[in-house]
Amino acid sequence: MLRNLRLSIAGALLALLTALPAHAALKVLATTPDWASLLSELGGDKVNVYTATSPFQDVHRVDAKPSLVARARSADLVVATGADLEIGWLPVLLQDSGNTKIQPGNAGYFEAAPLVHLLEVPSAVDRSMGDIHPLGNPHVTLDPRNIATIAKALAARLAQVDAANAAYYAARSDDFQKRWAAATAKWESDAAPLRGVPVVVIHRDQVYLCNWLGLKELAAIEPKPGVPPSAGYLGELVTKLSATPPKIILRNAYNDPKAAEWLAERIHVPVVLLPYTVGGTPEAKDLFSLFDDTIKRLLAGAK
Amino acid sequence: MAKLTPFTRAFAAAVLGLLWSGAAPAAGDDLATLKAELEALKSDYNNRVQALEQRIKALENVANAAPTAPGAPPLTAAPAAAPGPPAFPEAAPPAPPPTAAGKSSNATAFNPAISMIITGNYNDLSLDPATYRIAGFMPPPEGEGPGDRSFNLGESELTVSANVDPYFFANVTAAIQGDNSIDVEEAYFKTLALNHGFTLKGGRFFSGTGYLNEVHSHNWDFVDQPLVYQAFFAGQLAQDGVQLRWLAPTDYFIELGAEAGSGRSFPGTQRNSNALGSTALFAHMGGDIGDSTSWRVGVSWLQAHSSDRAYQDTDQSGTPVTDAFSGTTRTWIVDGTLKWAPHGDPTHHQLKLQGEYMHRTDDGQLAFDVTGLNLAGPYSSSSQSGWYLQAVYEFIQRWRAGLRYDSMNSGTPSIGLVSTGVLPAAAFPALLPGTPRRTTVMVDWSLSEFSRLRAQYAWDEARAGHELDRQLFLQYIFAIGAHGAHKF
Repeated sequence: MLRNLRLSIAGALLALLTALPAHAALKVLATTPDWASLLSELGGDKVNVYTATSPFQDVHRVDAKPSLVARARSADLVVATGADLEIGWLPVLLQDSGNTKIQPGNAGYFEAAPLVHLLEVPSAVDRSMGDIHPLGNPHVTLDPRNIATIAKALAARLAQVDAANAAYYAARSDDFQKRWAAATAKWESDAAPLRGVPVVVIHRDQVYLCNWLGLKELAAIEPKPGVPPSAGYLGELVTKLSATPPKIILRNAYNDPKAAEWLAERIHVPVVLLPYTVGGTPEAKDLFSLFDDTIKRLLAGAK
Repeated sequence: MAKLTPFTRAFAAAVLGLLWSGAAPAAGDDLATLKAELEALKSDYNNRVQALEQRIKALENVANAAPTAPGAPPLTAAPAAAPGPPAFPEAAPPAPPPTAAGKSSNATAFNPAISMIITGNYNDLSLDPATYRIAGFMPPPEGEGPGDRSFNLGESELTVSANVDPYFFANVTAAIQGDNSIDVEEAYFKTLALNHGFTLKGGRFFSGTGYLNEVHSHNWDFVDQPLVYQAFFAGQLAQDGVQLRWLAPTDYFIELGAEAGSGRSFPGTQRNSNALGSTALFAHMGGDIGDSTSWRVGVSWLQAHSSDRAYQDTDQSGTPVTDAFSGTTRTWIVDGTLKWAPHGDPTHHQLKLQGEYMHRTDDGQLAFDVTGLNLAGPYSSSSQSGWYLQAVYEFIQRWRAGLRYDSMNSGTPSIGLVSTGVLPAAAFPALLPGTPRRTTVMVDWSLSEFSRLRAQYAWDEARAGHELDRQLFLQYIFAIGAHGAHKF
């Protein structure tokens, strides 16, 4: 009986293996919608992208869900932010995937953050400072110059893992870089009035945006990274900000609106909702419209 | 040059062939590969130059920057994310690949990830914990129950882990117990390069059977384990052996696993035998429903052999005796877990539903009073079963409430010494049929991802005759060191 059972299990396994479709597009697991959008810019129909998180999820706080383990198993390439942003779940996916290609150190594992200059690299780390990242602020996507750098490396990586389509990726990469440079120049000229505009952020994930556009970050609603504000701290913030008021309060689509709205009412400053990532607002359909929409909303708020 | 023997030639050809196949990922694409590598090299070089330029710019900015607005928080700290209900770090993940260029070599750069969890509780128990018994079930030698009264230092759990090389990952978790002893909870290696969905684990590890079995105590949603885990596995089943897992190449999560071990952990015992003391098979399946819900179900089977597994009981006149079971225990487990969070973001709200049903049979010999009369006869349990169902809900950010119900049924065992009239059934009070049950409520508060304070209250009717034990627990759990990753 045991023999029969074994035979039927083996048969079922064989059936499963042979039922797989022939090698089609390159399977890529992207940790965020931004990387998914960049991948479809660079890879077109040669890549089949699965996005691990939605725009309304905090990427730091995701479960290593069974569905994600399954996607990691068959991925040819994993595209992650790195700098510890996905530290709570991505290592589990990689380890449990039984997939050598995507292990760190192999060509199938791509990290974006190490390619760009990270801001806010702490000189000392201690958890009493809140949830800080020893390698620097990982929210690198909201500076288009970072995207350009990362896109170059990602296109090269696509060509490396899928050498048969190397020329295709190179051509798409050139085209993307041209369009991106033009778009960046336009965003920078459109956003010129935002230079020096004082703002308040919720969590320090707009640092790269502020740095790029020259927005002046007066304060963060979180007293320390990852620590929700207490009533006392908010009170102090109202006093301080009444003296030197910001022009706008920035809120990401995935942030809880309550604290920002509470503060906005007290200091009579509008809250500007920003998409933060592709899909965060209905207008932010891809990387280009993400920046279009972000700047449009900032300009409207800072009027 | 020396003349090559045919063998040497063949060997050299084989080595060359291997090198060749290693160097060229896809035959015929050498040129494209070279091009791609050159491109990567170029891009890497560009990136470095750009990074350096940006760094110079940033330094200039810092030098020219005016001081920040009064009262603005210091700019040194980088943010992560709002903490939701923390799942405490499990085994710390392997270190990310080296990224920082231009650092000088450093002997400590390869230090493994180290994390330490400290826990402790205050227990208020209405009944004497020394009398605790899960009625109708042969108790494990490690004992069972809620622990001691008043303040207790829980286990301090030290985890050290890192990739060994490109092929293996290693992890050691040692629990320093409140009574000053040290348990090796887990010490295992795991393959990284078997590929095709296969992962081999070896050493000592928590068995993949069931759902809760692999979860470390600091990650439990309640202070203690469900009754069925306490009675069937003395809390948690650790294997000394090997485990092979295979993940199906499908979009749905389908995982099959098999384990072979010495069986030293309850319900098995260490035996003087070269044979396998414990074998297990399991299958897990999981997926998502929309973007807010994810689930996993599993079925597991475990067989363990024991030899002279002793437990304390009293005879028909109330005198303490040591009895012992030798034989085979077979256990079936069905488990299911469902998590819901708005848009899958557990920062503010999350609901976790979890339940497991277990069924087991014992077959073998039961010895009465092994240090005195030492009578033995056949023993077989009828089907014994137990289940729990629990729900934990994060109702506001950082606060969670939970409810759990435990129920077990021991059935009536067939004891040879009793059916042949050698001894009365009263000579085995621990095996008199029982239907233990328990209801537990819990509230916990997590100030960050790394700390948790919990209050738990249980109406425990596990003892014979449903004698009610009211149990209050206050618990703290703190995690320091490496930020671990945790499983679903």
